[in-house]
Amino acid sequence: MSVPKIELKGVKKRFGPKVVLDGIDLSINAGDSLVIIGGSGSGKSVTIKCVLGIIRPDAGTITVDGEEVTHLHGSKRDEYLRKFGMLFQGGALFDSLPVWENVAFGLIQGRGVDRKHAREIAIEKLAKVGLGPEVASLSPAELSGGMQKRVGLARAIAADPQIIFFDEPTTGLDPIMADVINDLIASTVRNLGVTALSITHDLVSARKISNRIAMIYKGKIIWDGATKDIDHSGNPYVDQFIHGSAQGPIQMEVRR
Amino acid sequence: MNKMNIFATVGRVFLAFLAVTGRLAVFMGEALSHCVRPPIFWGLILQQMLRIGYFSLPVVGLTAFFTGAVLCLQIYVGGNRYGAESFVPQIVVLGITRELGPVIAGLMVAGRVAAAIAAEIGTMRVTEQIDALTTLSTNPVKYLVTPRLIAAVISMPILVAIADSIGVFGGYIVATNSLNFNGAVYLKNTANFVTNEDVVSGLTKAAVFGFIIALMGCYNGFNSKGGAQGVGAATTNAVVSASILILAANYVLTSVFFTH
Repeated sequence: MSVPKIELKGVKKRFGPKVVLDGIDLSINAGDSLVIIGGSGSGKSVTIKCVLGIIRPDAGTITVDGEEVTHLHGSKRDEYLRKFGMLFQGGALFDSLPVWENVAFGLIQGRGVDRKHAREIAIEKLAKVGLGPEVASLSPAELSGGMQKRVGLARAIAADPQIIFFDEPTTGLDPIMADVINDLIASTVRNLGVTALSITHDLVSARKISNRIAMIYKGKIIWDGATKDIDHSGNPYVDQFIHGSAQGPIQMEVRR
Repeated sequence: MNKMNIFATVGRVFLAFLAVTGRLAVFMGEALSHCVRPPIFWGLILQQMLRIGYFSLPVVGLTAFFTGAVLCLQIYVGGNRYGAESFVPQIVVLGITRELGPVIAGLMVAGRVAAAIAAEIGTMRVTEQIDALTTLSTNPVKYLVTPRLIAAVISMPILVAIADSIGVFGGYIVATNSLNFNGAVYLKNTANFVTNEDVVSGLTKAAVFGFIIALMGCYNGFNSKGGAQGVGAATTNAVVSASILILAANYVLTSVFFTH
């Protein structure tokens, strides 16, 4: 049996009295494209940040390629992070740098690639997400939301990562641009052969970019299965979430 | 019961103070450790020297000029009561180089630079740009904090040296144009009186103030939370804490330099 690419066992995290992750168990095999769905504040982003080491979990283990990673630091952590690319929800582009330097940042700062060569790679990666070389010298502030997502995607794939995380990739985009981004993510994951972990509320997006879906609720994974099975999960929580119904076992904490 | 509440409140405030002090010490230790560990981002250091030092020159220069001018007037008026108005050049240069040059420059740069650093890094924090740096195998403290600390520690003494000269010049202009001092005599008295210790103590203070300004700007920016309101609060805290620490550090440094 092969070692999972990413494996979380009993991962717990609380912020003060608020329990965000309450024993997450999740396993992602190499080449999988897994989407975690769940309501706001259910712990999706914290899960990803725990894997990246941005947030340290209170308990549990996280292994990547069989290596425990929760206590990595220094150069070992830098080496570990080279396996990853990440598309942030808001793009998180560095507004003090032009587009091409944003895309090439990890190459220049993280891997010591010279600037001229890094610029060539950046323009090549921009082309892969459908952006021409004329965009390279623009500032991120001059781009539309959809273009910023594409630049973010180009940055995520610039250093040829083994694993890509997508944080709410279609949030804030119109339906057509959202579909363009979904297609780009699906083709990128397929063509590069990477392992992908996405978090989203957008069921259309989740169905399009994944082969597996897991649902998180109150800090626990309550359902995990193939994307094609999501409509027949037999789980009332999943059914309520995918139908967007106010009636069901998930009760919003709204004070009247 | 009320007494208990007062103790509990004081205790909470004290514990919160200790927690912030501890976090600041850890942050400072990490930033300092990166100052001596390669790679050093020389390009970023030069860029920050330009922002912190060069672009602060007009503000600091104007402030120093008027401070020197008003100091000259006040010393003349005060000295006149005892027939000691001839000591104006000596007291102006002493006051400017030892105290007012570094302190006024420090406070002006705290207002301008600590606020800008906190706002920039705070915005990066709330827009996940700092998390993005981490995912790109770049240590955010090394990339954002260390260059600003080094640049501020180098820039501030240069800025204060220029401010000292402009402050003395401000006094000279007032003395020669309004108070009937002979220009050559004024400059000769100034040059003969000022010592290396006066200038060096002021420049040392400037380096310490530069460190405080960059540290408080970076620390508050790094720890900002929420959205625009959080960044606004971080900016205010950076300026207020840097200003208070500059004045406190000035007292400590003056005690060390001139009372032993």
